[in-house]
Amino acid sequence: MQDFEPTVIAFVCNWCTYTAADLAGTARLVYAPSVRLIRIMCTGMLDAKYVIKAFLEGAEAVLVSGCRPGDCHYLNGNYKARRRVKLLKEILPHFGIVPERLKLTWIGASDGIEFAETVTRLAETARRLGPSEARRAMIL
Amino acid sequence: MNNGHDQPRIGVYICHCGHNIAGTIDVAAVAKYVEGLPGVVVSRDYKYMCSEPGQELIQWDIKGHKLNRIVVASCSPLLHEHTFRNATEKGGINPFFFQMVNIREHNSWVHTDRAAATQKAKAQIHGAVRRVAGHRALETKKVAIHPDVLVVGGGIAGIHAAVTMANAGKKVYLVEREPSIGGHMAKFDKTFPTLDCAACILTPKMSSVGNHPNITLWTYSEVAKVDGFVGNYKVTVKRKPRYIIEDLCIGCQECITNCVYKEAKFPDEFNEGLGKRKPVYIPFAQATPQVVLIDPELCLNFKRGVLTDKCKKTCVEACADRKAIDFQQQEEIKEIQVGTVIVATGFKTFDAKRVPYYGYGKYQNVYTSLEVERLVNASGPTGGEVILRDGKKPQTVAIVHCVGSRDVNYHEYCSRVCCMYALKYGHLIHDKIGPEAVIHDFYIDLRCFGKGYEEFYRRCQEEGVHFIRGKPAQIECREGKLVLVGEDTLLGRLYRIPVDMVVLCAAMQARKDAEEVGRIFGVSRSRDGFFLEEHPKLAPLSTATDGVFLAGTCQAPRDVPDAVAQASGAAAKVLSLIVRGRVEIEPTISWIDPDICAGCQVCLGLCAYSAISFDERRKVSVVNEALCKGCGSCSGFCPSGAARSRHFDNRQIFSEIDGLFDAIHAVGR
Repeated sequence: MQDFEPTVIAFVCNWCTYTAADLAGTARLVYAPSVRLIRIMCTGMLDAKYVIKAFLEGAEAVLVSGCRPGDCHYLNGNYKARRRVKLLKEILPHFGIVPERLKLTWIGASDGIEFAETVTRLAETARRLGPSEARRAMIL
Repeated sequence: MNNGHDQPRIGVYICHCGHNIAGTIDVAAVAKYVEGLPGVVVSRDYKYMCSEPGQELIQWDIKGHKLNRIVVASCSPLLHEHTFRNATEKGGINPFFFQMVNIREHNSWVHTDRAAATQKAKAQIHGAVRRVAGHRALETKKVAIHPDVLVVGGGIAGIHAAVTMANAGKKVYLVEREPSIGGHMAKFDKTFPTLDCAACILTPKMSSVGNHPNITLWTYSEVAKVDGFVGNYKVTVKRKPRYIIEDLCIGCQECITNCVYKEAKFPDEFNEGLGKRKPVYIPFAQATPQVVLIDPELCLNFKRGVLTDKCKKTCVEACADRKAIDFQQQEEIKEIQVGTVIVATGFKTFDAKRVPYYGYGKYQNVYTSLEVERLVNASGPTGGEVILRDGKKPQTVAIVHCVGSRDVNYHEYCSRVCCMYALKYGHLIHDKIGPEAVIHDFYIDLRCFGKGYEEFYRRCQEEGVHFIRGKPAQIECREGKLVLVGEDTLLGRLYRIPVDMVVLCAAMQARKDAEEVGRIFGVSRSRDGFFLEEHPKLAPLSTATDGVFLAGTCQAPRDVPDAVAQASGAAAKVLSLIVRGRVEIEPTISWIDPDICAGCQVCLGLCAYSAISFDERRKVSVVNEALCKGCGSCSGFCPSGAARSRHFDNRQIFSEIDGLFDAIHAVGR
C-alpha cells in the first residue's frame, strides 16, 4: 500500500478552525492534499449523520474541529459537538469503523500551525490504519 | 424570483488569482472537468474573478445563459463571499444561490504537487456544484441600528473615538475602569518624535470628553454583560462605589487636605508607586472627571473594605454643606441600549520581574520604562528631576531594549514603540542631568520606521548617546554600581559596563483580563494574546462580531499616532453604520418544520440563546428569528430532523459530501 493516499474529511467551524486553515494557507504551511474541508457555521451544527455519511462514502478519517473551550462564537456549540463525537465513537465500531479514524480537536482562529499539524497527523493515522472498508462493507 | 425548485443551471468560475492559484492548479483542466458535471451550463477560468470585469462576467452569464446558480472557486469566502453574493444578486438572482470554493488558502497555497492539487480542486468544486443545486432563496432581513455607541476604555484611542463620534452628533457612552480617563498616555512626559508634552495634547481632549453634551462618561466602571446583536446591543455596566457623589463633588480637594492622615503614605498607582497618596485621593492633577474617590482598603472608616464608621471623618467635615461624601454608596448597575461598540481597552506593560537576570525589584536603581516616564515628568513625584530611589542623581544611565519582547522566552513579537521611547529617554535624561551624562543604549535592532522617527534617531546620535548592539546577558550589582554584562555583536567583544541607573524597556502585552473581556464582546484573540481583527489587511478594525470594532493597543502594540488613526477609523466604521441606519441580518438561521416536529422539546435545552419556545397549542417548537444566531445546535441534534439550519441543512451538506466523493471516485484522490 505504498501509494495509498487516505481521504480525510474535516468538518470545521466557520469562526475558528476554518479561519485557522486560512491562516495555514496564508503562511504557506504544506499538508496532505487529500484533506478536504467542509465548512459549517459551528461544530454544534454537526449532525452525527454527516460523519457516518463521510465514512460510508469512503473517508479514511474524519476531523471535527471547532473553537477552543470557552471561545465558541455561539457560546457552547463546541461542547455539544464533543458529546456527539463521544457518542459517535461508541457506535462507529458497529459500522466496522475504528474509532481512531474520527478525531475532535479545538483549533483557534490564530492556530494555523496547529491546523496543518493536526491534519497531517490525522492523515498519517489514516495511512497507518489503511483503506477504509466501510464503503465496501455497507452496501449502499 | 424563483425559490430554488426549478432545474438548476449552474455557472462555475475558476479564478487564477494571478499566479496564486493558476501557478499550482491546472485551472483549464479543472474548468473542463466541471463542464461535464450535471447541471453545469457554463464553466470558465478567469484571471481575477474579484475584479470588476470578473464580476461582470458572472452578471452577463446569468442573463445570457439564464443561470440560476453560481459557483466561484477562488480565495477564502471570509474574504470575498460578500463580493460574489453581491455580483450574483446584481445579476438578478438571489444571493444565496451562490457557493464559494476556497482553492487558494485551502489548496494552492498549501499543496505543492500540481496533479494532486488539481484533483483536489476538482473534488472541491464538484462538492460545491452538488451543494448549490440544493440551495434555497433566502431573504436578508433588515434591522434598524440604534444610534448610540459604547466605547470601552478611556485611553487616547477611546477618547479620540468618543470625541469624534460625539462631534458628529452621536450619543456616546464612554466606560473606563480606572477613576480617571487618560490611560497610559496621561502618564507620559513627552511624546516622540516631536517631544511635545503628552499632557498638553491629551488634557484638552480629556476635558472635552468631560464637558461634551453628547458623551456620558462613566469612570470607575466596567462592562459586565453584553446581549443582543449588531444594531441592538443591551449592555450592563457596573459602576463601582467611589464613596463620593460624583454630581456633588466639585474637585476642591478639601477632603484630601483634611484627611486624618496628615501625610500621604500609600504608594500611588498613577506614579507607578514612586509617589504617595492618601486614602482619599484624586488620581492626578488633570484627572477627568475632577472627582475624588475613597479607597476602602486604606480608609480608616472601613476595615478591609467593610464600613465600620470608626474614623473621625474630618473629610466629611471639610466637605461641609456640599455633602458629597457618602460612605454608604453601593455598586450601581446601569443598563443601556447601543447599536455599536468600540473596544479600546489598551495594554499592560510586561512585568520586568519575570526576567530575573536583569534584577528588577532586586536592585533599586533598575527602573521600568513607565516608572521613568513618571520620573522625568514635571508633574511626577520628583517634579521632573531624575533622582534615584537612593536619592542620588545618576551620571551614567543604561537603557535596555526589548525586555520581554522579541524574546522566545516571553513574547516573540516586537513591541513597536520601545526603540522610539528609548531614544526619547536618552534625549530627556541628557536634558535633565546635563550634557555630561553618559547614556548607553543597548539594542538588538533600532526600528525607527515612522514619520520623523529616523530623523529623531539621528538627532539622539548627535547628542552623544552611545549605541551598543547587543542586549545585556546579565545585570550585576558591584560596589554600588550596576554592571551590565554582555556582548557587543558589532565589535564581537564582551562588555562590562558600570552604570548608576538602568532603564528596562518593558514590552507591551495584552491585558490579563483580555480573555474575559473578549468573551463579553465576542472577540477572539490572536496567538500573542491581543484581540483578533476580522482581517489583518482588509478589516483591521472590525471583529468577528458585527458591530464590535477595535481601536488602539488592545489589538496590537502601537504608538500614539497609530492608536489615534485607528480610533478615527473605528469611529468612521461606526458612523457609517449609523448613517446607513439599517443593517442586514444574515438569514442563515434555524427553522423548525411544524409538520415534522414531534414536540420532544430537546432543542429548547440546547439553544444557548433561548431562541426556541414551545407552542402549547400546536405542540411544536418554534424559533424566534430575532434571537436565533444560526449556530445550528438544534438542527444538529433534532431526533426527528424537524429543526434545520438554513443554508446548512442536511440535504446541502450531504450533497457536498456526495460531490467530494463523486469526484474522488471519478478522478482519484
